[in-house]
Amino acid sequence: MAGRGRGRGRTVSFNVEALGINKGEVPIGPVLQPPPLFPPQEFKPVPLKQSEDYEYICALKKEFIGFMKKSPYYIQSKEKRKDIDRYSDKYQSGQDTLGQWNPDWRMFPDELKPAEKKVRKFGGSKPIKPNIPASKKSKTSEKEITKTLEKLEKKEAAMTDKEGEEEEEEEGANPEKKTEEDLDLDIDEEIDEEEETDYILTYFDNGETYGDDDDDDDGDGPIY
Amino acid sequence: MSHNKSNLCKSILKDNFGEVAEAVGCHLLKDNICALRYLALKSKFSLEQTKKVLCVLLQHNICDYITDSKGTLEYLIDSEIILRRIRFPNYIYCAKTLYGDAAELVAEEILQNGQMLMTQVVKNVTNKLNEALTNAGHPEIASSFVQEKFNCLVNTHFLQRCKNRTNTSNSEDVTDDLYKIPVTGSRKRKHSTDNNPVSLKKRRILDSPEKEEPDDAGIYWKANFDRFHQYMRDQLMITAIASKVDKKAGEVLRTLLRVCELKSDPYSTVTNAVTLTEIFNALPKDFGLTRKLLQIYLSMISEDSTCFISKVDESGGGMYVVNIYKALTQIATSHLESVVLERFGSKCLRIFRVLLLKKHVEQKQIEDFAMISAKEAKELLYNMFSQKFITTSEIAKTPDHAPSRTFYLFKVDIHKLAQHVLERSYKAMYNATLRKDNELTEHSWRLLDKQERVDAIIASIDQAGGDDTQKDEIEQTITPTERDQIDTVKRTVQMLETCEIQIDDTMFVLEMYLFYANQDRLLKCTQKKKK
Repeated sequence: MAGRGRGRGRTVSFNVEALGINKGEVPIGPVLQPPPLFPPQEFKPVPLKQSEDYEYICALKKEFIGFMKKSPYYIQSKEKRKDIDRYSDKYQSGQDTLGQWNPDWRMFPDELKPAEKKVRKFGGSKPIKPNIPASKKSKTSEKEITKTLEKLEKKEAAMTDKEGEEEEEEEGANPEKKTEEDLDLDIDEEIDEEEETDYILTYFDNGETYGDDDDDDDGDGPIY
Repeated sequence: MSHNKSNLCKSILKDNFGEVAEAVGCHLLKDNICALRYLALKSKFSLEQTKKVLCVLLQHNICDYITDSKGTLEYLIDSEIILRRIRFPNYIYCAKTLYGDAAELVAEEILQNGQMLMTQVVKNVTNKLNEALTNAGHPEIASSFVQEKFNCLVNTHFLQRCKNRTNTSNSEDVTDDLYKIPVTGSRKRKHSTDNNPVSLKKRRILDSPEKEEPDDAGIYWKANFDRFHQYMRDQLMITAIASKVDKKAGEVLRTLLRVCELKSDPYSTVTNAVTLTEIFNALPKDFGLTRKLLQIYLSMISEDSTCFISKVDESGGGMYVVNIYKALTQIATSHLESVVLERFGSKCLRIFRVLLLKKHVEQKQIEDFAMISAKEAKELLYNMFSQKFITTSEIAKTPDHAPSRTFYLFKVDIHKLAQHVLERSYKAMYNATLRKDNELTEHSWRLLDKQERVDAIIASIDQAGGDDTQKDEIEQTITPTERDQIDTVKRTVQMLETCEIQIDDTMFVLEMYLFYANQDRLLKCTQKKKK
């Protein structure tokens, strides 16, 4: 309507009166500014209803939200923005939630289960899991080592060769070290090989074949 | 879903479950359906955090999941159930008014936890009640009392079982057992329920850390929001009639609704017919209403312009039905009228009522009917038109639709207006929560924190049996100006919260009306197809 009114009625193709603008009236001009962010209120809001019911429901609401904030369902984001680090921060994390939530995993899809490690963590028996396989492995390997060592000792005792025994023991005690060293050597060799065949070298043009190329190009070039 | 609604959903999620849940929920709301990994990727939280959020949302029945054709799980979110969290205090209050304090605590416990085992609920509520009772110096109560209340709530369908995820194979007991209470305390029963060897094995593995398997393991309960809504809807109609006619008429309607409740589908627009005798027999004995008077009341309500009930037959002393859709339309219309009155003034309300009465009216006629001068009427109409409270329909005399040869008829579309006002309510609610957050965090969280700490110290002194001078000293750490500030913040927050509750009342009326309007439309469609 504002756009049409711009012509003040003269240039408009239709009868302005049809829009409800009578002859004497000046049509409203175009709006050039956005409406104010906080327009003045013509009608004041009605006062809120007051009753005991509402007060009670309000109290219930507050209590409910208060519970939710403290419940284990309220998920704290890990990186809390803080103004400063406080000494008391250390002791506050434990007080945030009321009790623990142990979900019944029958009601949830399997993929939502936290990874095993996490479950152990919640249970408080954190150090057990990583220790079990490691200790078992070491035990078995130790046993094997001692067995082999004993065998070797017997053999060597039979042979009664003292120097050989010492060497054998060293080898048996640190087989890892040796392999590591071997690996290191291998890697070094690889690196050397790579340096030899570095691709930059092959693409380096020292300009010796410059003229030859030109000659060839002339031969291949178009004949006029 | 509209912008306002999703904003409101987000703020509710944030209030209830924290910022991580808000972000994840926001992406779910946007995409409607989402797989876990994709969701974690989009929301930029770690997989573990996303899993945790989904678990919490599933626990609170906000999310659901389905398996797609490839076998991957996809998660859905229900915005309606998020919005219902605003109404939780109302539900709790409902349970209180119907069945007393114990039921209130039962409802609260279940709403707080989303889904829960019956034994757990009964145990927790009994503990809480006993704590409160011993503090007040009353004797303790037994858990059977709480159990009875729980049974009451289940039998009246306010609580229902959650969908059983564990044994989906036997689908026969999915529908009929929604409200069946498991028998507890007998070992025999437990064995008979666990006839599924796979689940038994699973259970043993899963529940090994727990001390003991409760008798009703695997049967979780949740609140049935629809039933609560039905009760609140009835309450709305009763208060409307009570204020229009008198309190006794309200009681008559309450009885009528209670009788109908057992007989008819809760979602039908009109209830099944009930005879006068049935209503009379169902009236409370101490009410003191004779049969004659009851008949007068019923005819009075049915002849009223609001058409809450109507007489369908003369047999059996008169058969009556409750027109739920019509009643809700009336209530919604009167709500909308009061919105027009408060937004635009009484003159606009006059025009609005003319439009409601005469349906399609030209501007000239409006001026005449509403007795308002032409110039003023034009401005008022424009005001309402620009805010989408009224609409026009063009009827051209000639095919060229030239404005000079066209009738512009104004009209009010209650259905659309209800949607529009509902949108505005969402926005108002969102604004209120934003404002509340602002009040609580920006300016005064430090002060509130301080007060909380002082209160805690005073409480601890009380416990330790300290004297008053000590308490006074600590109380004086909050200066009078600080105290004033705290008081103003508290008052503002209180006001905003009351405001939220009252906006929700309006939202409830409009939602109910729109729901039944939809039901009505569906009914008409099926009727047309039959023809």
